[in-house]
Amino acid sequence: MPSATAPPDTGSAGCVLDRDGMGALVRELRARGRTVIGPTVRDGAIVLAELESAEELPYGWGVELEGGHYRLRRRADAAAFAHSAGPQSWKNFLHPERVRQWTADRGPDGELTVRAEPPAAASFAFLGVRPCDLRAIQIQDRVMIGGPHRDDAYRERRTGAFLVVVECTEPGATCFCVSMGTGPAAQPGYDLALTEVLDETGHRFWARAGTARGAEVLDSLPRRPADEATQDRARRGVAEAAGRMGRTMPPVDLRDLLADTLEARRWDDVAARCLTCGNCTMACPTCFCTTSEDITDLTGDHAERWRRWESCYDLDFTHLPGGSVRTSARSRYRQWLTHKLGTWWDQFDSSGCVGCGRCIVWCPVAIDITEEAHALHQESLADRAGAADGAP
Amino acid sequence: MPEAHRPRLGVFKFASCDGCQLTLLDCEDELLPLAGEVEIAHFLEASGDVRPGPYDLSLVEGSVSTPEHLERVRRIRADSRHLVTIGACATAGGVQALRNAADAAEFRAVVYAAPEYIDSLATSTPISAHVPVDFELRGCPIDRGQLLEVITAFLAGRRPDIPNHSVCFACKRRGTVCLPVAHGTPCLGPVTHAGCGALCPAYGRGCYGCFGPSASTNMPAMIPLLRTEGMADEDVRRLLHTFNVRDFAAIEPAGEPAAGEGG
Ligand code: SF4
Ligand code: SF4
Ligand code: SF4
Repeated sequence: MPSATAPPDTGSAGCVLDRDGMGALVRELRARGRTVIGPTVRDGAIVLAELESAEELPYGWGVELEGGHYRLRRRADAAAFAHSAGPQSWKNFLHPERVRQWTADRGPDGELTVRAEPPAAASFAFLGVRPCDLRAIQIQDRVMIGGPHRDDAYRERRTGAFLVVVECTEPGATCFCVSMGTGPAAQPGYDLALTEVLDETGHRFWARAGTARGAEVLDSLPRRPADEATQDRARRGVAEAAGRMGRTMPPVDLRDLLADTLEARRWDDVAARCLTCGNCTMACPTCFCTTSEDITDLTGDHAERWRRWESCYDLDFTHLPGGSVRTSARSRYRQWLTHKLGTWWDQFDSSGCVGCGRCIVWCPVAIDITEEAHALHQESLADRAGAADGAP
Repeated sequence: MPEAHRPRLGVFKFASCDGCQLTLLDCEDELLPLAGEVEIAHFLEASGDVRPGPYDLSLVEGSVSTPEHLERVRRIRADSRHLVTIGACATAGGVQALRNAADAAEFRAVVYAAPEYIDSLATSTPISAHVPVDFELRGCPIDRGQLLEVITAFLAGRRPDIPNHSVCFACKRRGTVCLPVAHGTPCLGPVTHAGCGALCPAYGRGCYGCFGPSASTNMPAMIPLLRTEGMADEDVRRLLHTFNVRDFAAIEPAGEPAAGEGG
């Protein structure tokens, strides 16, 4: 974990912040020189953007989610975190869509000077990281800085980021973190964990620190010791959320399922519906693929290399001298699904899916990763049953 | 550098509105450096100083629409080391290709007071239907940044970095909230070639396909989506049959109401 500092001494009971405490938290993080990023309402969605004050949080807003469908809804209460994953994820900040890597200049004598792009200093605080998204960040850590090839600029942004996780009490209809083992309760890796509680006794947040720097921030806020009732209520809210998941994955080893169904008929079915638009990969919090972009100026004496997001749905993704390798929609949808659920294990020793549901919501034609996995599972069961019946 | 060593640029026009060549004049900051790097040998919109070929790079705007064009496009090709077509007219035949699936003589009779003076072909076709083209830059109009990328790439002898993927890539990269998903707004982004930077969706308007189809489309899945978003068959037809009618019509599924008649 890049953010590991001294072991936390938080007092397991934590403390309680009220709405003013939330305001103070944002002020404190800003006062410490951090760019606070959190959920806020913009363009008909709850997006992630810089917050100048906690009043910009989506107090009183919820969302209605379905495949290919996202609508903001006014809530009866004033909850700030009663919404699930929106159109972006934290990768938009940690792994930005376009980054310059180096520049090169040719002097009048013809000599080349190449300069690596110095990693830009970044000091983020992410407020409202959902437990599934915390796991997604950790999965990207493994990709970007956990192997032999490390991305220093990512490391800079990542180690500088202060993570405030908010546990889930209001899963969406497209959520399935329980199936993926990533939520709705916070798992280690946060600086602070909050659980929002709204009842007759008021609107408050049960807060726990996970790191020394988290404890230090918490200590500077107006707070009160965590009472039993708040803790109970918070734990119950999270436990109930676990029972209200909108989606599930089939109860099998997904890695085996995908390895066994590479020639399934279902791939043709989904390929007929898939637009190959790439939205799912861009919205997914773990997809990391990039391509490089070389630009020159008119004189040809100045060149730059940039790295930008790329997707396995792009024909150019597999472009070789003889053309693209994955030309069919079938091969590209299959690449996405097998990578997310299967081959990610071989590559990075974890699932590439955390169950956030973004790819379901932001697919314009409502293609649903859980439905496809269930269909593959059913097809493999049927084929196996057929093979058993047909055995001489 | 002595004049003789600068690559020679020609800009030519066929049936078009001139908007794409205007994009070159719009490159305000880059125009003077460009004039330093290349000899602008033929660019009527900018200068009456017209010099004969050969040209190292010819930018060709407009579609082949008259008998005279048929001969002229071959001459320009013969005079050009690299020929790049710019804009929907040159790459797809433009909005004037609506006549391809209609009765051009009837259009002529309706539009012109003295149709006997009009000598046009029955179809409007892209330059690439007549001569080999080295690169096609799409858009109605083309994007300024992309035009500069193409010119600098040809000057440097490298492949232009012009992605062939969908407009959705650009929306996601710039952080635009998806219009169909969050607002139910019909949008051609998923089947449209990127290049504009997803300009319309950023202002809350669905993509209307002015860059033509992307390299990977699924129209049989796209058309039902437009209907779900409330478009009638006639609206779907109108949306697809504009500047890139020829290219969209070519990929429309047979039997769909969107296919067929030009209008
Ligand atoms: S594959 Fe879909 S559900 Fe899984 S992490 Fe990515 S966007 Fe979320
Ligand atoms: S699913 Fe595709 S875009 Fe996402 S990480 Fe895998 S190969 Fe890359
Ligand atoms: S699954 Fe959906 S979002 Fe992904 S490429 Fe296909 S149509 Fe687009």
